[in-house]
Amino acid sequence: MAELIYNENGRLLFTKEMKREYTILMPQMLPVHFGMFRQLLLLEGYKVDQLNNCGRAVVDEGLKYVHNDTCYPALLVIGQLIDAIKNGGYDPHKVALFITQTGGGCRASNYIHLLRKALEKAGLEFVPVISVSFGLEKNPGFALSLSLIRKLVYGMMYGDIIVNVANQVRPYEVEKGAADRMVSCWQDKLIDLFRRGRGMSRRQMRRYFDEICADFAAIPVAGEPKVRVGVVGEIYVKFSSLCNNDLEQFLLSEGAEPVVPGLTDFMIFKIYNRVADVELYGGKWIKKALCTVGMKYIEACQRDMIGALERSGRFRAPGTFANLHRMISGYLGDGNKMGEGWLLTAEMLELIHSGTPNIVCAQPFGCLPNHIVGKGMLRKIKDDYPMSNVVAIDYDPGATRINQENRIKLMLANARQTAARQESRDKNETPVPAAV
Amino acid sequence: MSFRIGIDIGSTTVKVVVLDDNDKLLFRSYERHYSKARERAAQTLRCVGDMLCGQRVKLVVTGSAGLGVARAAGLDFVQEVYATAAAVNTYIPDTDAVIELGGEDAKIIFFGGALEERMNGSCAGGTGAFIDQMATLMNVTVDELDALSLKHQKIYPIASRCGVFAKSDIQPILNQGGRKEDVAASIFQAVVDQTVAGLTQGRELKGKIVFLGGPLHFLMGLRARFVETLGLDSEHAVFPEDGDCFAAMGAALCSGDYASVEFDEALERLERSVDSTSLLDTMPALFENEAQYERFLARHNASHPPQADVSTYSGPAWLGIDAGSTTTKMALITGDGGLLYTYYHSNQGNPVSIVLEQLREIYRLCGSRIEIKGAAVTGYGEDLIKNAFSCDLGLVETVAHYKAAAHFNPEVDFIIDIGGQDMKCFKIRNGAVDSIMLNEACSSGCGSFIETFARALGYSIADFTRLGLFARNPVNLGSRCTVFMNSSVKQAQKDGASVEDISAGLSTSIVKNAVYKVIRAASADDLGKHIVVQGGTFYNDAVLRAFEQELGRDVTRPTIAGIMGAFGAALAARDLGLEKSALLDEQALERFTHSAKPVTCGLCTNHCSLTVNAFDGGRRFVSGNRCSRPLGGEKAEQPDLMNYKYKKLRAMQGRGEGSGMRGRIGIPFGLNMYENLPFWYTFFTKLDFEVVLSPDSSRKLYLKGQRTIPSDTVCYPAKLLHGHVEALVEQGVDAIWYPCMSYNNDEGIGENHYNCPVVAYYPELLAANVPALKKTKFLAPYVGLWRKKDFKKRIAALMKDEFDVPPKQTAAAADAAYAAYEAYLTDVRITGQQYIDHARRSGQGIIVVCGRPYHIDPEINHGINDLITSFGFVLVTEDALSHLEGYAPRKVLNQWTFQSRMYNAARYVCTQPDMQVVQLVSFGCGTDAITTDEMRSILEQGGKLYTQLKIDDISNLGAVKIRIRSLMAAIQARKEQ
Repeated sequence: MAELIYNENGRLLFTKEMKREYTILMPQMLPVHFGMFRQLLLLEGYKVDQLNNCGRAVVDEGLKYVHNDTCYPALLVIGQLIDAIKNGGYDPHKVALFITQTGGGCRASNYIHLLRKALEKAGLEFVPVISVSFGLEKNPGFALSLSLIRKLVYGMMYGDIIVNVANQVRPYEVEKGAADRMVSCWQDKLIDLFRRGRGMSRRQMRRYFDEICADFAAIPVAGEPKVRVGVVGEIYVKFSSLCNNDLEQFLLSEGAEPVVPGLTDFMIFKIYNRVADVELYGGKWIKKALCTVGMKYIEACQRDMIGALERSGRFRAPGTFANLHRMISGYLGDGNKMGEGWLLTAEMLELIHSGTPNIVCAQPFGCLPNHIVGKGMLRKIKDDYPMSNVVAIDYDPGATRINQENRIKLMLANARQTAARQESRDKNETPVPAAV
Repeated sequence: MSFRIGIDIGSTTVKVVVLDDNDKLLFRSYERHYSKARERAAQTLRCVGDMLCGQRVKLVVTGSAGLGVARAAGLDFVQEVYATAAAVNTYIPDTDAVIELGGEDAKIIFFGGALEERMNGSCAGGTGAFIDQMATLMNVTVDELDALSLKHQKIYPIASRCGVFAKSDIQPILNQGGRKEDVAASIFQAVVDQTVAGLTQGRELKGKIVFLGGPLHFLMGLRARFVETLGLDSEHAVFPEDGDCFAAMGAALCSGDYASVEFDEALERLERSVDSTSLLDTMPALFENEAQYERFLARHNASHPPQADVSTYSGPAWLGIDAGSTTTKMALITGDGGLLYTYYHSNQGNPVSIVLEQLREIYRLCGSRIEIKGAAVTGYGEDLIKNAFSCDLGLVETVAHYKAAAHFNPEVDFIIDIGGQDMKCFKIRNGAVDSIMLNEACSSGCGSFIETFARALGYSIADFTRLGLFARNPVNLGSRCTVFMNSSVKQAQKDGASVEDISAGLSTSIVKNAVYKVIRAASADDLGKHIVVQGGTFYNDAVLRAFEQELGRDVTRPTIAGIMGAFGAALAARDLGLEKSALLDEQALERFTHSAKPVTCGLCTNHCSLTVNAFDGGRRFVSGNRCSRPLGGEKAEQPDLMNYKYKKLRAMQGRGEGSGMRGRIGIPFGLNMYENLPFWYTFFTKLDFEVVLSPDSSRKLYLKGQRTIPSDTVCYPAKLLHGHVEALVEQGVDAIWYPCMSYNNDEGIGENHYNCPVVAYYPELLAANVPALKKTKFLAPYVGLWRKKDFKKRIAALMKDEFDVPPKQTAAAADAAYAAYEAYLTDVRITGQQYIDHARRSGQGIIVVCGRPYHIDPEINHGINDLITSFGFVLVTEDALSHLEGYAPRKVLNQWTFQSRMYNAARYVCTQPDMQVVQLVSFGCGTDAITTDEMRSILEQGGKLYTQLKIDDISNLGAVKIRIRSLMAAIQARKEQ
């Protein structure tokens, strides 16, 4: 059994020995992306399991071990990890945990510490926790090397494009489940490519982007365009079906087409913040230069993805990060970076500009940054875009689905009415004033 | 003729309407469904069978509980706000806005321009169910509450966010003798404030306003509050005849879009759905069978005090009174704790008359055989009762409960008391009360909560909880506050849960709330080995059983669980060893009179709502005060660093040493300005600006900006900013300066030096939400003060652009500003040290209040500092001590400057025997969810007590008093050891 080694501050380290012996558990957020991340980590020699446990047990473990006033995502992520150690059939002495640490003034940077406190409370203090971050906590047995980061970026790009096109096909597929089958088909295919060391250059990625678009475009679809509903919010609530009570499924079942902006912008945003810090407050030029390089690289990948979507002639493409950034002028400053920061507002604005004025803004109950960038900006958005139709929904272990669904239904009723009016106006051929 | 039917199934009522071709109302009904929504809807529909039998009809369901019914029955559904808008468009087309209150929802719809609809979020209880709860609390029917409100003289400020908060405000007012009429009107006013503040979010309510929904239909007092608050005349306030059924009418109107159906077919579908249930989230039963229950009862009934008979006993006796929040408990005991007489009853909002009546009865029973040698009182109404009846001793509840518990189990190491409104848990360490945990204002889902629920469903509390004992599939309702539980119950009803399952679920919820929210325990061992449970709520076997199940351990429930406070008080009275009690005797009771009058104290900015109680013989008792001034005494000038800092900061306005010729710059006095003002004041006055500081915070100032608050769950200190900036605009300043600051100053005591997101970015929220700011120059640039050189460069450029200030001058002003800020910090530290020296010279205890700089605002702390010093403590703050400790690694990410100071101050306190910490926490403060646990662990590891005071816009200090007095009792007990 691996020896438990602590650093000078008493933090339990993940050692090289553990890398060989331990299984690392990874909480769920975005199944497609995280599935690919897992494969990439397996190729690096880590034993990694993707958790999919859900339900009341996860919430209960969270409630038990995490301060109940902490945000819901912390409660669920920690609940999921602890539930898995206790009930997932693992040897607790042979598991380690992954948790991301973005750094920044939001409570979220504290998840890793809350997780360690929770482990201690649960009598599992011997389980090492690995911070997945840009250099916040170091472990001898785990390193985010530049080459691994690059691979993960590719994984993210593939994840984003697959989720994007699948979302555009799923509501209209003639044969139920066709889009999902195509998703797993491509996941398998990409994993196979990764194993053979392929798919990891921009040139190859562009090729596979085109193939992905073509394959999804070939899925037979039918029906009138449905009401599109954008989903923005705190990153975990926005993406995790465990947290948002299957929001996307609910929207689909209500006959809407969910539009969920991807992960790429968030990553670029997090890097850009370091650049913005130097610009706003001063600092080392080298930090700025390095971050700018990283940012430019991902932005280039993003342009590849947008290019593929546009070339497909079938799919709507999202805007670039620079485009999002432009939108924010007059709303929030560049320095607004905690949590999702200005990006959240920018995503709402981009959705409105791209013909999706109906939006669910999802956040944990009492989310601090969202007071400002979510609910705090709705008044101004409504004033500037009277046709916008945004509903803010709070998620929390006590909030009930029926309350959430009822509010979303109101948003949908408004969306349908607006759409119907638009249609009848179009029919009467009266000039339609630009909505936005 | 084609008929259209609308069915609105809400959280508490079912509304059914039938419309003809001309939108005329043929039939309407409005009935409570007592949690049996489907049955009620089907029954009502059957009533109109005669009219509609054999017809093809269009039928649409709406309402918050309607979604589930519609799904189960395969009927069409429209969202209720949408339906209401349709009805208003048809019947009252020139409407500008609709306010609709339902059982648990509040909605506002704005017409004109783009239609805008708002519903209360998940945390908002100021609705019909809330009014029901309040009526229960006051022991009147809702109609009586309404009638009472029309006779009010004054309005008390009551927290308007959610029901639980309001409850913690109302209870003490009632207990301190406030008039029921005034409280009734105040409750309605709270609903109005809640609706207006929570839902308008920056859009003005004006023009013709239509009021809908049950409460607004039936309650004239509520109507009056709305009309008065919004300043409407009869033309602009419309209360339609069928205002309680508008959503149902709207549903019927919307039915045009849906297919028609045979009436009998629709009715049958609805009736069929009654039986279908789809329960998902259930828990194991409380008891498997009767035998198990019997064993359980036998075990608990063994803890009983000695028998004593009041009709035969002769000798001395001692009286204990527990004037609790909802109930009054009394116990008369013999020397060995034998119970001669007990009393346990709801105090019906008037504890004085209950105690009077009981005392008379006790004297009658005692005759000349029994002599009362001492009387002690505890509980919320302690002061009032003590003064009214001249009791010998008043003691804090925690101590009374410990005394009682130790009587049954001398080894007791953990006590949990769940009463009507509050929950108290504390550990016993070395024979003294230690580590007190009270429920925060947000989770008071205690006894009165089950009671209200029981009544709403048409049961007595005893019957209701008994139903749950043998429920097969108790519903899992979560562990959050009352409001959340309400909607959980709604969900369970939707899913077709039986009353039995809901009852058992509620009992378990209360337990989970206690264990996870209040005690924050991970296992039974966190509590203790010898747990004594008490409080009226534990009389419910279901709650007790759920508690044992949750902990996996047997506990002790004395048979007198409900009167343990009174019993403990009686024991304390006995231990006084008095020869004769000062308690009013039988003759004096004959002459006893009591009247209460509400008064607002005008002696300082706290504006305490006082209640002046007058008794016979000119005796008076004033309650509701925070200091001794309204009692005629001078405010004791104890050293108080919060007070000192506040005065010092308030003085930083005007031209200072400059000429003021560059114009008037407004600075909102809130959030981080409490830290940064010395910097900006010097900076701007050096540059010849006149600094205009926004006024002192006050309730009034808060209300001024309330309508522009977009997020009702943000902390109160942030909400106050809306009023501050509006006031500055009104003062006609040339510009308002309120920079965004992601980063605070770096004091080298943490991993980073952030501000919290709210502090950092609130200026941007204000710019987007406060229309008045468009009338002025609102400057909210990002600044980073911790990089002095960079800051100087950047601020010079900004001042050049905005005010044409030569960069050299700006640089000089910045240097002066840094110096002034340093001087301020130093002054606070030196003054703090002087206060500490003073305390040590005079032998006084020292309380270190740890919070944020803005917690010194009297409107935010509600005079907690006055309360603390009134108990004879010297008060210093965290920033006076934090520099005395250096950096140390923490178990949490220590990345916020203000929070880092608290950790350091707490570490320092651990080294000082005469200091204790009181941590102030604003409700809704996300960062404090992290700091509170860390503070507790620092202090407890250092052998200190941890006391946390949670504050909001609530201004009542009842709970705060309990904590501070318990803290004092614990300090005392430690000293005695």
